[in-house]
Amino acid sequence: MTDPVIRVVNVRKQFGDIVAVDNIRFDVPLGSTTALLGGNGAGKTTTLSMLLGLLLPTSGEITIFGVNMLRDRYRVLSRMNFSSPYVDLPRRLTVYENLNVYARIYGLPDVKVRLRELSEELNLDEFMNRPYGHLSAGQKTRVALAKALLNKPELLLLDEPTASLDPDTADYVRGMLERYKARTGATILLASHNMSEVERLCDDVIMLRAGNIVDRGMPSALLKRYGRQNMEEVFIDIARERRIELGLDSRKVTK
Amino acid sequence: MNKRNPPPSGLFPPLRRIMALVLRHLYLMRGSWPRLLELLYWPTVQMVLWGFITLFFLGHSSWVAQAAGVLISAVLLWDVLFRGQLGVSLIFMEEMWSRNLGHLFVSPLRPVELVCGLLAMSLIRTTIGVGGAALIAIPLFSYSIFDLGLPLLAFFANLIIMGWSIGLVVSGIVLRYGLGAESLAWISIFAVQPISGVYYPIDVLPGWLQVVAFALPSSHVFEGMRAVLFENVFRMDLLINALALNVVYLGGGVIAFLAFFNNARHRGQLLNVGE
Repeated sequence: MTDPVIRVVNVRKQFGDIVAVDNIRFDVPLGSTTALLGGNGAGKTTTLSMLLGLLLPTSGEITIFGVNMLRDRYRVLSRMNFSSPYVDLPRRLTVYENLNVYARIYGLPDVKVRLRELSEELNLDEFMNRPYGHLSAGQKTRVALAKALLNKPELLLLDEPTASLDPDTADYVRGMLERYKARTGATILLASHNMSEVERLCDDVIMLRAGNIVDRGMPSALLKRYGRQNMEEVFIDIARERRIELGLDSRKVTK
Repeated sequence: MNKRNPPPSGLFPPLRRIMALVLRHLYLMRGSWPRLLELLYWPTVQMVLWGFITLFFLGHSSWVAQAAGVLISAVLLWDVLFRGQLGVSLIFMEEMWSRNLGHLFVSPLRPVELVCGLLAMSLIRTTIGVGGAALIAIPLFSYSIFDLGLPLLAFFANLIIMGWSIGLVVSGIVLRYGLGAESLAWISIFAVQPISGVYYPIDVLPGWLQVVAFALPSSHVFEGMRAVLFENVFRMDLLINALALNVVYLGGGVIAFLAFFNNARHRGQLLNVGE
């Protein structure tokens, strides 16, 4: 059995009196696509931020690729990447310039070749020389995905990767993620509100509510457990605390 | 498990990352002529203003008449300090305005490398801005600050280092308190101008304020500048004082920036940057 790519042990994050994440504990296995699900304020973005090292936990331990992220994050940052609606790329720089800068920061051996590959994979050619700020939301998402895939990450952390995208572009992004994973065997952890996306992409789901993990399992197992037809109904059951009504225990899931 | 990426390109990795950050801001400069113009605009306007004041004082002040370039030199060197500080703060705020900090801080770029990138860009911006104004002064007022020779390099280095120190503290404060504090980038440096002796000797100040003044590297530089211009003497003691103070200032600036950065990581401000 291989070590998990991500190991989160008793991680807690408190902002003043508010507990955003409350002693959560989970592993993400190698090669899996895992979803972090939960309503607004459930702790998804906080958890992702702590995994990335953008936010320091109040207590607990995070290990990625066996490396302690609180002590040695720079040993593994070149093996991972992320995308989030909370960050952007410089708007006045062209797409090419943005990707070129990050390719150099990540130290890619052949920048031109990698940019050409990404341009072909994500159909960036038509706007490669346009300022990033002039692009449509869908085009920007493709560029953000290109930036996230620049260094061929073994671990991809995605916060709402298809938020505010039209169905066609969202489908394109999901297809791209599927192809990337099939080709590289990368591990993906994504936070999403889109349940059909989760059903399509993920083989493991972690349900968060009020900073706690309240359930976990494969989408099919969760559907069976809650007696529901789709993940949206499961999500609503959990968000509205109907676990007890449904005869499921209310204790926290810790693994 | 997918295969590990091939080894990165040959350049020393920290240097490569710093250069990438510099490239990002050179792209920005290249793509925006107002930004380039702005670099030259204020130093040139200031130089022209003080050039005409000099022309007036040449006939009305025996002090200025002894060294015609003293006011133009002072304003150009003051702009090294101001532009040095502004260069650091503005370049950092560019990252905040573009909401790019999150990307930078999950990349292999270390905070210290970010600091080096900011300093490098500040050096480039200051050289363009103040250097351009200094060149314009030659035909306009028949005065070349470059005639100061090697001491000019010492003055420039000390003033820009002091500017960097203040710029790093300001950047840290903006990171910690949000873009609502960005006006500090424009005003903070002027707190030290009256006691730096830019346009007048430090002995004009009350005794107690002279003590404060000599805690600033800039005071030693401007005193040194006047020694060169009036007495044709390069005061090594003043240079050593300025350098020693700058070691403390720059060290303090870097430590303060990293402390604010660490605090921002505790408070979750690297992802949610704003007012």
